[in-house]
Amino acid sequence: MQIYADNAATTKMSDAAITAMTDCMQSFWGNPSSLYTIGQVAKEKLEEARGEIARIINAEPREILFTSGGSEADNQALLSAAMIGKKKGRTHIISSMFEHHAILHTLQKLEKNGFTMTYLPVHENGIVRIEELEDAITEDTCLVTIMTANNEIGTIQPITQIGELCRKRGVIFHTDAVQAVGHLPIDVKAQSIDMLSASAHKFHGPKGVGFLYVKKGIVLSSLIEGGAQERGKRAGTENLPGILSMTAALKEAVAGMEAHNVHQKQVRDHLIQGLSEIPHSALNGDAVSRLSGNVNFSFEGIEGESLLILLDQKGISASSGSACTSGALDPSHVLLAIGRIHDVAHGSLRLSIGEEITMEEADYIIEAVKEVVAYLRSFSPVWRDLMAGKKEFILK
Amino acid sequence: MALYSETVMDHFLHPRNVGVIEDADGVGEVGNAKCGDIMKMYLKIENGIIVDVKFETFGCASAIASSSMATEMIKGKPVVEAMLLTNKAVAEALDGLPAHKMHCSVLAEEAIQAALEDYERRKAE
Repeated sequence: MQIYADNAATTKMSDAAITAMTDCMQSFWGNPSSLYTIGQVAKEKLEEARGEIARIINAEPREILFTSGGSEADNQALLSAAMIGKKKGRTHIISSMFEHHAILHTLQKLEKNGFTMTYLPVHENGIVRIEELEDAITEDTCLVTIMTANNEIGTIQPITQIGELCRKRGVIFHTDAVQAVGHLPIDVKAQSIDMLSASAHKFHGPKGVGFLYVKKGIVLSSLIEGGAQERGKRAGTENLPGILSMTAALKEAVAGMEAHNVHQKQVRDHLIQGLSEIPHSALNGDAVSRLSGNVNFSFEGIEGESLLILLDQKGISASSGSACTSGALDPSHVLLAIGRIHDVAHGSLRLSIGEEITMEEADYIIEAVKEVVAYLRSFSPVWRDLMAGKKEFILK
Repeated sequence: MALYSETVMDHFLHPRNVGVIEDADGVGEVGNAKCGDIMKMYLKIENGIIVDVKFETFGCASAIASSSMATEMIKGKPVVEAMLLTNKAVAEALDGLPAHKMHCSVLAEEAIQAALEDYERRKAE
């Protein structure tokens, strides 16, 4: 059996996305900046796509900027909001402890340039608390950036409440919605979102393309200088095959969203229940306010990388927050942020399922994980010490 | 390119000398759970020869493979020879390890040295 359970890393392109891309390559290959018909046809397609994306998130077409993906969108959003803040003499930024590195590393760069940061705790359930955000906002705050849903543990943040609060306090609100777009309903007006980042390959679109929504009136700074594409805010000939493909993928994802969520939730909860039967294991993050495709567990006494490789041998593709999977010394900052100490953060497993998963596959995953965890524990000196009572279990 | 060599995968998927020696003559444990790697080696030594060796490892695939390979390399060998085992030799026997996994072979060397030191200490008592 082959089961791809790493959709938070990337998704397989949909047929519609592949067709849209190849159609574009064959029929709309002109440069949208060219004046002749071949160019203008391409331009028309580009603007149709912008209109479609805008409609899906309830924005205006001119508020959509095409980028190379989520990371670029995050970088540009944060640096732009910081520049706006600086002009007004406001240099305080609020974020959370478990943002994606595209956010955290950009914030670190800003910190080196004189900005001050508040990183909100995300507590054991992996959700920021609105009252803590309220307390953190000062006269000096120019930006709040909180992700819509976490990429590792899938917890969904109170975006509408955050948006309303920021609007009331006159602070720009950006959300990294890379894991959410195409999976959760997004309405930038109703949710009072000022800026939002998305990436096509998380919703069955192609890699290397994404978009940034920017509310009218917020002036962007360019990361890439050159031609006048994207209203002068993102130079370089537009990646039209990618953009049309992304748009086709998003249309399809949104059309199937409700049904996918119902199905995935059922399978997700089945997986959570099954994996909970493994002794000394724990679900990471809130069980309810959670993406329908995300399951993230910690298993005491084992290390995640060896777990992944053994699951791969059984045909299951998954991911882990273990340091060994990334070559870093520390395990996932997300798991540390929700209070999992190093010992159990290393032994984590993320399954991010897609709409095609079946209950039979979920049962196969549960049995495979049970088997592999038991096997790795059978020669783990940590497990031996825990069982002998020489060490205390962290996960009861 | 695969993440690991075929030899690493073989030793990870079919680790040799897994387990415990209850009446071991030397036991060594190195690493810590914080870093994500712990290795424990058990030695049975008769007349200066390592007649049996077992290991337990908490760690990634390369840590498990390094433990397995290291035990194979010292099994049946004189203690004096085992004392000369280097991490480089373990990594080479595994047909190489990715650069950021070299520390796994270092842990294997250290675990064996720790077990041998424990053996010497017990002998001196």
